[in-house]
Amino acid sequence: MSSILIRGGRVIDPACGVDERVDLLVVDGRIAELGIGLASPAGSELLNAEGLVVAPGFVDLHTHLREPGQEQKETIASGARAAARGGFTTVCAMPNTDPAIDSAPMIEAVLQRAHGADCRVLPIAAVSVGRRGRELAELAALREAGAVAVSDDGDAVADAALARRALEYLSDLDIPLAEHCEDPAISQGGVMHDGAVSARLGLRGQPATAELSIVQRDIALAEAAGARLHCCHISTASAWQAISDAKSRGLCVTAEVTPHHLYLTHDAVAGSSDLLAYDTNAKVNPPLRTEADVAACVAALASGVADAVATDHAPHAAVDKHCEFDAAAFGIAGLESAWPVVNSLVDAGRLTLSDAIERMTIGPTRAWQLDRGELNGLGTLSVGAPADIAVLATDSTSIVDPGTWASMGKNTPLAGRELVGAVVATISQGRLVHQDTSFEQVGSIHDSRS
Amino acid sequence: MVAEQLQVESTPLSNSPPPALVEPIADWQPRHLLDVDSLSKQEVLQVLSTASAMTEVLDRPIARTPALRGVTMFNLFYEASTRTRSSFELAGKILGADVINVSGSGSSVEKGESLVDTLRTLSAVGADAVVMRHPASGAPWLAAQTIDAHIVNAGDGQHAHPTQALLDAFILTREFGDLSGRRVVIVGDILHSRVARSNLWTLTTLGAAVTVVAPRSLLPSAMADAAAEREHPLALPSVAVMSDLDEAIVDADAVMALRIQRERMQGSLLPSAAEYAQRYQLTPERVERAAPHAIVMHPQPMNEGVEIDAAVAQGAQSRIAAQVTAGLAVRMAVLFLLIRGGS
Repeated sequence: MSSILIRGGRVIDPACGVDERVDLLVVDGRIAELGIGLASPAGSELLNAEGLVVAPGFVDLHTHLREPGQEQKETIASGARAAARGGFTTVCAMPNTDPAIDSAPMIEAVLQRAHGADCRVLPIAAVSVGRRGRELAELAALREAGAVAVSDDGDAVADAALARRALEYLSDLDIPLAEHCEDPAISQGGVMHDGAVSARLGLRGQPATAELSIVQRDIALAEAAGARLHCCHISTASAWQAISDAKSRGLCVTAEVTPHHLYLTHDAVAGSSDLLAYDTNAKVNPPLRTEADVAACVAALASGVADAVATDHAPHAAVDKHCEFDAAAFGIAGLESAWPVVNSLVDAGRLTLSDAIERMTIGPTRAWQLDRGELNGLGTLSVGAPADIAVLATDSTSIVDPGTWASMGKNTPLAGRELVGAVVATISQGRLVHQDTSFEQVGSIHDSRS
Repeated sequence: MVAEQLQVESTPLSNSPPPALVEPIADWQPRHLLDVDSLSKQEVLQVLSTASAMTEVLDRPIARTPALRGVTMFNLFYEASTRTRSSFELAGKILGADVINVSGSGSSVEKGESLVDTLRTLSAVGADAVVMRHPASGAPWLAAQTIDAHIVNAGDGQHAHPTQALLDAFILTREFGDLSGRRVVIVGDILHSRVARSNLWTLTTLGAAVTVVAPRSLLPSAMADAAAEREHPLALPSVAVMSDLDEAIVDADAVMALRIQRERMQGSLLPSAAEYAQRYQLTPERVERAAPHAIVMHPQPMNEGVEIDAAVAQGAQSRIAAQVTAGLAVRMAVLFLLIRGGS
């Protein structure tokens, strides 16, 4: 029997409406008991959570682990370590690897490679063969093999006929289409948001309408097909409005927002100093948008129109970013800064702590109905649930330093910014996979036998 | 002061030791010319007055001065260019620099060498200055962050063409003196034009009132609409935006036509060259609506018969040939100030 006792923390479990100071006992990979003054079983590890928040481990619906084929950017192992450091205990891995994950054996290979990693990896499968947007992949077989959603992320399912058929075919498979909402006919090779900053820098812009176009199209197609649609990384006020309208009509539409779209505007492309720069670390797709869009993203998160914070963790090698802006890869590595970004919004009074945790735990779990079978209880701290736990600091400040990250991707425009909040410890499936030793509480973690 | 430093080289072809380096220009700070946004009015005027001094060098029987002797300057051009490249090359040579041309074709770039590696190579062989033209906006910033040499932007993507804007300012100030209250109309493909972007900065810095004229499909969206975006701290300078050239050109002091690239004339941006010409060509009739003293400019290369009528391009009000000549003096001034300026 292995056990961990977390003592004295403020336990926040939005799914169960819990917010109180109690001890939490983990036994053999499951939540065993919550209560005041719990005794530690012999041989259990002790974690002092005085002054800290104990929450369900975070669930990320959108992570790029790059394996197979792009191991110079990230591997399943390094990405899972980064997830653990970020408080994530479940990540859904996007299939835009090389080759794309578009067949059942590839799903099985990902699951096999992820076995024993520092977090749970749930694979997402490609919608189309090779992500080429032409023929449907074997969606039923992919689901059977363990795919929790299908997505050609990186690109939208641009062809409306294919999008229609995919949604129809998915309607009785009970997994969502996770759409990358960008109409390539409108974005036309844009490398940042189409606005004042793109005009100033002479960079080709992606208008907000590129996102709205696919969101509206897919809502209509999903409604007609009776299928589940998940809108990835929504970045514009107009798309949030469309999603809010669809939800209020009772459609099965869910949506996620990334930490960077909650925090940064397109100004970040021009750098943070007085001199203009072309910061390729701020090049991301969908692009960072206007202040009004950022406000709409935060409002959507606060109201629940955004079901989930998803990182869109997109690690790249340094060489992919140290080049001309047009040539640079899209993407921001975000697993290890997600909590400080979201908690900084809490700190600024834009979001409640409970809602913040909800959108990173039970929100994403319910959006994709991940808590089925042996994952019953995922995203919660209810007794019997998988022992996935994040121990969080909500008031300590720190400077974002990707040099200290476990992720191989150091690409973030947040480097050097001061954020509030830290992930002090992470327990994944009953195993202590991360502890930040700079916190004194962590120093007291010990095996009570010694 | 500048004129004193541009001493005549008495025996330009002799093997005598080079004269002592000229004195630095203490009141000039910028090391690079990446854009014109960051130049103050004072600095723009300093370039223009230095360029005037350079025209005196050009008027000499032997147009040579050793002001940049010992300087190794690379012309790194990833895009085709006639005027800009040859005038930078000549500017460097007139000032006594060693000028080496590297183009995208015929170099390691064709073997897939990255811009960063090419720049490091130039730095390793001792480049003091790199004049670069590149199809990617912002490429000169990457260069300035990567190597120590002075970087001169000779045109980056759709972003900036600083020396073109400075030579246009040179022509306009020579014509009108102070530009305060003068109206300059820029007509054409503003969206894709680095010339237009840079001109917006220098002309507004010098006090001119600028009107841009284009169909909506050739304007940056932030310039066409969204008041909030126009008030953004990083927005382009505030200028008048019109779509009717006949209206915009009335009483203008200067009209600048931009090149319409062939590939823009088909497809979704513009219906046809003929329709563009019908609405936006600088014709004699339209130029007549401008002020009687108005001048006509074009950065070249021109599509005569599309954005400009041949009679206007060759007419008495045209300063298009003078722009080319001014380009040489302005580029000499820029190289001289960047390399010999500062402390």
